[in-house]
Amino acid sequence: MTVWRDAALTGWGRALRASTRAARPERANQLIEALDAAGPSLCLYGAGRSYGDAALNSGGATVITSRLDRVLAFDEETGEIEVEPGAAIGGLLRDFGPRGWAPPVAPGTGFVTVAGAIANDVHGKNHHADGSFGQHVTQITLRTGGGETLTLQPEDEAFRATVGGVGLTGAILSARLRMRPIAGDKAFVRERRMPSLDAFIEAFTESDRRYSVGWVDAAATGATLGRGILEEGESTGEPSRERARRARAIPFDAPPFLLSASVVRAFNAAYYARIPKDGRTRVRPLSAFLFPLDALADWNRLYGKRGFHQFQCVVPPDATESLRAILAEAAGSGLASPLAVLKRLGPGSAGMLSFPMEGWTLTVDFPAAQASADLIGRLGATALDAGGRVYLAKDALLPPSAVPRMHPELDAFRAVCDRLDPEGRMTSDMARRLRIRRAADG
Amino acid sequence: MAERETWIILGATSSIARAFARLAAADGADLLLAGRDEADLERACGDLRARYGAKAEVFLFDAREPGDSRALAEAAAARPGTLNVAVFLGSMPEQTAIDVDPDLAAGVIADNFSGVVSALHRLAPLLEERGDGVVVGVGSVAGDRGRLKHYVYGASKAGFHAYLSGLRNRLARKGAHALTVKPGFVDTAMTWGEKAKPLMISPEAAAADIMRAAKRRQDVLYTPWFWRWIMGVVQLIPERVFKRLSF
Ligand SMILES: Cc1cc2nc3c(=O)[nH]c(=O)nc-3n(C[C@H](O)[C@H](O)[C@H](O)COP(=O)(O)OP(=O)(O)OC[C@H]3O[C@@H](n4cnc5c(N)ncnc54)[C@H](O)[C@@H]3O)c2cc1C
Repeated sequence: MTVWRDAALTGWGRALRASTRAARPERANQLIEALDAAGPSLCLYGAGRSYGDAALNSGGATVITSRLDRVLAFDEETGEIEVEPGAAIGGLLRDFGPRGWAPPVAPGTGFVTVAGAIANDVHGKNHHADGSFGQHVTQITLRTGGGETLTLQPEDEAFRATVGGVGLTGAILSARLRMRPIAGDKAFVRERRMPSLDAFIEAFTESDRRYSVGWVDAAATGATLGRGILEEGESTGEPSRERARRARAIPFDAPPFLLSASVVRAFNAAYYARIPKDGRTRVRPLSAFLFPLDALADWNRLYGKRGFHQFQCVVPPDATESLRAILAEAAGSGLASPLAVLKRLGPGSAGMLSFPMEGWTLTVDFPAAQASADLIGRLGATALDAGGRVYLAKDALLPPSAVPRMHPELDAFRAVCDRLDPEGRMTSDMARRLRIRRAADG
Repeated sequence: MAERETWIILGATSSIARAFARLAAADGADLLLAGRDEADLERACGDLRARYGAKAEVFLFDAREPGDSRALAEAAAARPGTLNVAVFLGSMPEQTAIDVDPDLAAGVIADNFSGVVSALHRLAPLLEERGDGVVVGVGSVAGDRGRLKHYVYGASKAGFHAYLSGLRNRLARKGAHALTVKPGFVDTAMTWGEKAKPLMISPEAAAADIMRAAKRRQDVLYTPWFWRWIMGVVQLIPERVFKRLSF
């Protein structure tokens, strides 16, 4: 019998919350039971690392799959692995990294589950080289909203709807994917100062490393607009002097002054100056390089009680002026937190509603407040006008009209959802807010 | 590890047991996962094989079946090297459900106490014979004092605590050891149905704590540690006051 509990779940940004009836099965048969007993309004929840409302379902049922985290099969020769939906990306790296295999794509935190990574078709620091997560998935077992269990292959429409489909096609029961061979579970990391946005763009264009990511000082304006640190990496078997760290917890909600403009400006200047003028190269544990924030558990509490919004957009390769405009507006607002990230994306994506497309992706955090919401609205509009997209995994604020503009395959997606889930059980606060499943009603 | 080492895990489907089995497998130990849900235990074994290349096998075991203890002891005897046993078995129906149907009490006592004792009592001679090995018995802070909310459960755990302390005394004479674990609130399926609790820790954190204590051959472990102090206070409350409390 499924145990349901009235829970208040939040997105990672903690600005949005949902009162929901939640179940958290620990065994495969209990998962099916919970899905079947969930009633007419059902949403899936992984590790809750989406920032907005992608995994929230106010007033309905939520089935949390993070406890189903077993590896079901692994082929040492090919690196093909089959896992339950809740297997964490970081756990796969921890256990298979020493044997020379890494998850093909790793987002910025290792807590993300495989099902969550599929549902948002996530990208990593190697996107320009290896594409999105869904491109490495070879099979998905899906329990549809209609209660059928399907085995999906990459060429199936339902597969392309499930990848990036923010949980709306049904529940992922298990998935097969190809792990990537690595030279070792350490990384050669080169860090260089980038004095301006132009320097960044040039360096990204020239970089031939497997991993690359840029930290941007989102408080810098004028001539220093877009300055930051470019980190490039390559996996290696060389030993590292840095030890894998145990996560330290942040025990309380931080006071608001921590993110005031002057504190952020001072922090960013110091963070920038920390890297010597002519750069530096170190060997680090691959996990420390891929998941820099995981050493601080619950770091989202640093933003205080009201929470925060993360804005992430992508614009096409030649839309660098739009990129500059977005950055300038964010920097000029004095609202941006130190966490801003710039990256060059390749063309790879595997789903109908996938976020990745070739171009420049910029990520900035803002404390939750009306001024931030207005600003994020303007930034999103600029990105969409440039032919870009805003990332659903991060979003809490887009208007419904944005979805068909960003995702030309929306109608095909809706048709698959209707076929797999004729009664429309699969839903979420995001699905209703953005009218993802239906144009008119909610 | 020079010699082979096996961890026999009773109640291996629980979330703390799963996390504990992963730690043991990562250390290179063989695993015998004992419990009732064969399909789930097979998945758990597959996970340990795939992640750690561990030798992991399923053993179907029901604490309410005396014959299962005998069969388990035979299977254990056939294994070479060091034998360790970790007991995560247990069940906790609502006290109010037991009040309505007192027949439920016998099952709770079997799962938490009598069934486990009969298994451990058959395994103990093997640990003595081999002169090493550790028994980890997971009790509960609820066993430190009978509370209105859970006293049949608490009583069964209290019995288990007393058994473990005697077993510790016995094993210590032969080079083996027993560890009593008293978890506070751990975020498991057992606590999921209840109201959100303060000071909750993850099953992984509890398992890491338990493994550390087992390696150090600690006698009694409260996890997280501050429960030792909480229960110290709870035990000091005079009975004439305690009997009026309803927590
Ligand atoms: C610090 C940090 C860094 C990040 N860095 C990146 C990054 O570099 N690149 C990137 O792409 N993303 C990044 N993200 C976002 C994150 O990767 C995505 O939000 C991811 O989807 C979260 O996965 P989750 O397991 O937490 O799932 P949740 O956030 O809980 O859920 C995400 C979606 O998956 C669905 N879902 C969950 N489980 C199932 C299931 N069993 N079946 C079907 N659907 C399911 C949910 O309904 C929801 O729509 C980052 C997030 C954080 C907090």
